[in-house]
Amino acid sequence: MDNSISINKLSKAYGKTAVLNEVDLQIAGGEIFGLIGPSGSGKTTLVKMIVGIDSPSGGTVNVLGKRVPNLALLQDIGYMAQSDALYPELTGKENLSFFASLYKMKQAVLKERIAYAANLVQLTDELGKKVSAYSGGMKRRLSLAIALVHDPQILILDEPTVGIDPELRLSIWNELMLLKREQGKTIIVTTHVMDEAEKCDRIAMVREGGILAAGTPDELKAAYGVTDLEGVFLQAGRDAK
Amino acid sequence: MRIVALIKRIMLQLLRDKRTMALLFFAPLIVLTLMYFFFNGDNENPQLGVVGATEPLITALENASIDVISYKEADQQTILTDGLDGLLEIDGDGFQITLENNDPGTSRALLMQVTQAASMQGGAGATANINAEYIYGDEDTEFFDVLGPILVGFFVFFFVFLISGIGLLKERVSGTLERLLATPIRRWEIVLAYLTGFGIFAIIQTIIVVFYSIQVLDMVMVGQVWHVIVVNLLLALVALSLGILLSTFASSEFQMVQFIPIVVVPQIFFAGIIPLEGMADWLQNISRIMPLYYAADALKAIMYRGEGLADVTGNLLALAAFAAVFIFLNIIALKRYRKL
Repeated sequence: MDNSISINKLSKAYGKTAVLNEVDLQIAGGEIFGLIGPSGSGKTTLVKMIVGIDSPSGGTVNVLGKRVPNLALLQDIGYMAQSDALYPELTGKENLSFFASLYKMKQAVLKERIAYAANLVQLTDELGKKVSAYSGGMKRRLSLAIALVHDPQILILDEPTVGIDPELRLSIWNELMLLKREQGKTIIVTTHVMDEAEKCDRIAMVREGGILAAGTPDELKAAYGVTDLEGVFLQAGRDAK
Repeated sequence: MRIVALIKRIMLQLLRDKRTMALLFFAPLIVLTLMYFFFNGDNENPQLGVVGATEPLITALENASIDVISYKEADQQTILTDGLDGLLEIDGDGFQITLENNDPGTSRALLMQVTQAASMQGGAGATANINAEYIYGDEDTEFFDVLGPILVGFFVFFFVFLISGIGLLKERVSGTLERLLATPIRRWEIVLAYLTGFGIFAIIQTIIVVFYSIQVLDMVMVGQVWHVIVVNLLLALVALSLGILLSTFASSEFQMVQFIPIVVVPQIFFAGIIPLEGMADWLQNISRIMPLYYAADALKAIMYRGEGLADVTGNLLALAAFAAVFIFLNIIALKRYRKL
């Protein structure tokens, strides 16, 4: 498989504090890739630099063969930030169509995509409400809908399921699997929930700005001789010290 | 069109925020009205004695809310004994006006109205022939008349600065700006959309403030109304771009408010409320970097001295230069988020 995303010696420092330290990572097209790690480990900084909204101190990111940052590339990336970036004064639908209209899309397609995305996150009936009246979970779902409204080839989701109830979380994961299987989308997910990590094709353990280990969940478990990913994480952390 | 979508969203957001709308449109009127009452204690019509005035001129003066009393003969003593605010003597082509000038504001307004009425009657030539004398003080005694145009400019500047700055700040704090930059929108498109979206509200505000000042508060207005609006719009553009730019350096609404004593308040002092001529050279030089100085100068020229846009080209250019620099810096400042 071609390398959909290729990260080479990527570093980021804010002042003297290093957040990422020469990270190398290859993510193939059409896979669900999980970035697992505690908060403050550099996951968010890493995904922001893949999107191109944060500039690296060193190293390069290439997405679909193009060097990031690249404006045209953003048409192919759907990004869901960790904090819900929504306009509370506007309704769910107004939020969705505002973001959708920033992408190149025909008017008819745009309407279709808005309906599709809203339905996917089960918000169709709530679209007329102002976002200020939404619950935390609803805001999360709306953010997810916005990330995929323009039908991007690559989805980058920063903690997409925080604050979402287990049932909806399951249905969102099923949908992500479907997007991967049927449309060949590349999906990058950050999470600190281990059972979500199990669902990824491949994962990378991120800690203190570096990648401790990467591979399929089974490979990692075998390599560290443990039965679950939690064990891998603890073991990898100890080895690093 | 991405810009159109962004403009629409900005406007929709503002329209939904009723309190901000009220602040933008009504707060300047309330403060201006208060100022008006502070500086114009009595609202009585000025009393003007006239000698040798034609009937149309008297009608014109009365239309300008002046109580006209005709005399066959009168002198300075008449003004004092009859409690007049001024005496207009017409002798052939020459206009001689004597002003009591106990209240400089009244004198100023009276002279202005007489000048207006006279020039309507006798064309532009008549204006030059008006000779004013003062019983107390002289023609340099002036306050609200000069203050008025400055205040109009100041309120446009202040409210546009505050609301546009906080508008973009909210977008930074909530993360929507970053989210916006994760779409293919260009940095200049964001800046342009912000200028347009808020600019439309600034235009409405400017028009309301200018008309209210002139029509309701009877502010001295010798020049053209649309000239005043042009100057204020340029000033609003400066305020808009400066507000957006400074929001870069604030991390909360509270920090944005902290810019007011630093950025906004000094501008009042340098705008000409206190005569700049007597100040130290270095202070005068500071006024050159204050956008409000140029706007106030232009507004004074138009509203008070009846000059046209052509006479204040220098000021307009200075304002345009401020706006251009701030807009450019805004586009650069967004680089912090995305290099492209």
